[in-house]
Amino acid sequence: MSDLAISEDLRDISVEDFRLRARAWIKANLGPIQPWDISQDCENDEEELVAVARDRALQRKLFDGGFAGICFPREYGGQGLSPAHQRAFNEELVGHEFPSRFAVPTFSPCAAVLLEFGTAEQKAAHIPAILKGDEVWVQMLSEPGGGSDVAGATTAAVRGQDADGDHWILNGSKVWTSRAWWADWGLCLARTNWNVPKHQGLTVFLLPLQQPGVEIHRIERLNGESEACQEFMTDVRIPESDRMGEIDAGWTVGTRWMYHERMGSNSPYVTRPIGISNAAAEGPTPVAIARRVGRLDDPAAQELIGEARELDIVTHALRSRLADAAASGKGNTDSSAIDRLFCGIARVRQSTIAFELAGSSAAGWTEEEEEETGAQGMEFLMRQVSCIGGGTTEIARNVISERVLGMPREASGDRNVAFRDVPRGPARG
Amino acid sequence: MWHSLTSDQDLFRDTTARFLDSHVPLARLRKDYRDHPAGFDPAYWTSGAELGWTMCLVDEADGGGSVSGRGAVDLALIAYEFGRHAAPGPLVDCNVVAAALSGQAGDLQQSVLGELIAGSAIASSALGAAPWQRPGEASVTIRRDGDDVIIDGAVRPVESGKQAGHLLVTGRSEGGMTQALVPVDAGGITIRALKGMDVTRRFASVTFDNVRAPASALVGEFGRADDHVSRQIQNAAVILSAEAVGAMDAAFAMTLDWAFHRYTFGRALASYQALKHRFADMKSWLEASHAISDAAAEAVADQTSLAAETASSAKAYIGEYGPELAQDCVQLHGGIGVTYEHDLHFFLRRVTLNRLLYGTPADHRRLLAAIQIGQEHAA
Ligand SMILES: Cc1cc2nc3c(=O)[nH]c(=O)nc-3n(C[C@H](O)[C@H](O)[C@H](O)COP(=O)(O)OP(=O)(O)OC[C@H]3O[C@@H](n4cnc5c(N)ncnc54)[C@H](O)[C@@H]3O)c2cc1C
Repeated sequence: MSDLAISEDLRDISVEDFRLRARAWIKANLGPIQPWDISQDCENDEEELVAVARDRALQRKLFDGGFAGICFPREYGGQGLSPAHQRAFNEELVGHEFPSRFAVPTFSPCAAVLLEFGTAEQKAAHIPAILKGDEVWVQMLSEPGGGSDVAGATTAAVRGQDADGDHWILNGSKVWTSRAWWADWGLCLARTNWNVPKHQGLTVFLLPLQQPGVEIHRIERLNGESEACQEFMTDVRIPESDRMGEIDAGWTVGTRWMYHERMGSNSPYVTRPIGISNAAAEGPTPVAIARRVGRLDDPAAQELIGEARELDIVTHALRSRLADAAASGKGNTDSSAIDRLFCGIARVRQSTIAFELAGSSAAGWTEEEEEETGAQGMEFLMRQVSCIGGGTTEIARNVISERVLGMPREASGDRNVAFRDVPRGPARG
Repeated sequence: MWHSLTSDQDLFRDTTARFLDSHVPLARLRKDYRDHPAGFDPAYWTSGAELGWTMCLVDEADGGGSVSGRGAVDLALIAYEFGRHAAPGPLVDCNVVAAALSGQAGDLQQSVLGELIAGSAIASSALGAAPWQRPGEASVTIRRDGDDVIIDGAVRPVESGKQAGHLLVTGRSEGGMTQALVPVDAGGITIRALKGMDVTRRFASVTFDNVRAPASALVGEFGRADDHVSRQIQNAAVILSAEAVGAMDAAFAMTLDWAFHRYTFGRALASYQALKHRFADMKSWLEASHAISDAAAEAVADQTSLAAETASSAKAYIGEYGPELAQDCVQLHGGIGVTYEHDLHFFLRRVTLNRLLYGTPADHRRLLAAIQIGQEHAA
């Protein structure tokens, strides 16, 4: 059957029929979930590159099966179906392998932003490529001078013209960019005007990562893993056709970008298993940790196991509620900050629970134990990641209080001031 | 509370909301009901029963029914309004017992069920054995004696024990749990009113001293009531959670309003980041509580494979964050937050009480753990 034939069949398919179809296809085509689908930290670069190749192939498999880009328009290779269809697919995916390295940030926020703001040519060039597994995208927002104040970017693009036409020259540095060392494209927020207030002088560009002029350094995290990168851009030429949105109107893109970032894996554009029926498929469980240390009969341990499970079930319920509100048009788009805050805090608590369950065994462990039930000591050291990556929980609290609850905005030193005159710390360019 | 309801459901909810507004405004509860021995008037309860308060979980064949056909969901709407109004009355126990009696053929069971649906009598649940208890922890035993059963032990707290006509008592028997429906004046039953924390909800301790009941008083089979009890806990968790969410909504709205209008140092409280962040935290707890309360009502109504886990998650999560939210609201009010004149305490009482009934967060977490451990054992 050709891809087209499958898509034709699906045009008016009901969610329940689609679900049955997805179930059959997933069972026939996808193997069980792998450790590297959950934790994206591979032992070493060789393993990571194997995982990347496998994710690309899996994404292609979804595409060929007619299940890639369920909510993307058909003209760009998607299925043109509803968020409810994507949700049904994601529910059926529980327990199965999936192209996890595409979920975030390639599909959300990057592809979602492309879809919303890209020109017809940009969409035609990139969305089918993403759906087929050919392009992995990263988001280039944070800079050495600051990540929370996203609109304070100082990576600068200057307009030029030469025999090859209008273009931009990019200089500066982005940091914390996950996976940039092997990824294909970046969505890059840059300053194009220093003489206006900060939100009015930004422009968004599409940037091929693996090119001369983009020097990519790896950053080692405290647990030894180094997926994070810093990019140094020196006189990188960007053709005018890779500018997204209007010149200096990058913050119009930026606000929606932030929304899609907070939606993250709860976005209707993302393919990933969602469900609470199979906790064991999601990696080492609290039960497994408690069993390892012989605490299954300990009531205190049981309370912790139950609390961890409770947080999974509540997270799932909250995400469904916010998705329903968004789908019915009742949600405030800034409600995605509620999801971001809740999930950050819940994951931190679950990490603490795992650490508490492990007790003194978290101080030292064997290779086999780590393989089977994880390394709770090291994982605890990395605990705050869930409240930092994707925008911090403090920023989410600002968004909730100011934009969901309507409380007064914080005083800031950068409003109505030309960006070049905004006070900056010594670390800032 | 769901973002969208059918018009029938909305009418059902709204009718109760308006009834509570006019019959039991907080000003009246504060003055007239604080020392009322029952905490509510029988006529109030009968009127409420006419609005459908006690029939949602009962089969149509037994005179029950609900507007959407998903009884637990519809009852959650009523419970939510109870919470928002800090309303009086034994909503939880009457519904839990009515659901337990639905489908029970005996004359006693059917006549008590009829009274509960009509609101002409109250029944309470005396949970002398619970699924989260470890062996030996049950406080009531029920054993066979010829054709009768003998009930021994003590239970507290029992809601509206002094007002009830019958008690659904749960006890431990050889082989499992047993439930029996006994009149409060049966020989050997002593009911003592307890002091409590709610303005209108009353609790009692009940002792069973060699209480004899005929086999016809059993609800379900002797020694095999575990699944029934588990289902009753699910029902209670749905009602208590939805009610707590209503109370959390009321407390939060009141405190948010206060933050905009209370000024210190020439600024509204709502302008301080330290406080804004606490409101953001509260908002995330509140949304999560809405979400899990609704999810529990749906899972219990549909008896999905996750019904027990979802109900326990609701009871544990809201049991923890309901009181946390209400206490934070008190803190953000300052001194006025701990006065009897202010409305806030009605909601603090309600969420605190609901945390304690039908299993604490710790109890429900152990239930959740037992399910997880069982599943991983089987896998
Ligand atoms: C695992 C991981 C993956 C990441 N991936 C990417 C990526 O792919 N692309 C990318 O661009 N970035 C990425 N980041 C970076 C991340 O977005 C930033 O670290 C984050 O936004 C915070 O920025 P910062 O580190 O510069 O901290 P800062 O902005 O300097 O903040 C420092 C502290 O001050 C708090 N703070 C700052 N401003 C305020 C305020 N107004 N009110 C209250 N508190 C405030 C912050 O919450 C934080 O606690 C990643 C980070 C992690 C940990």
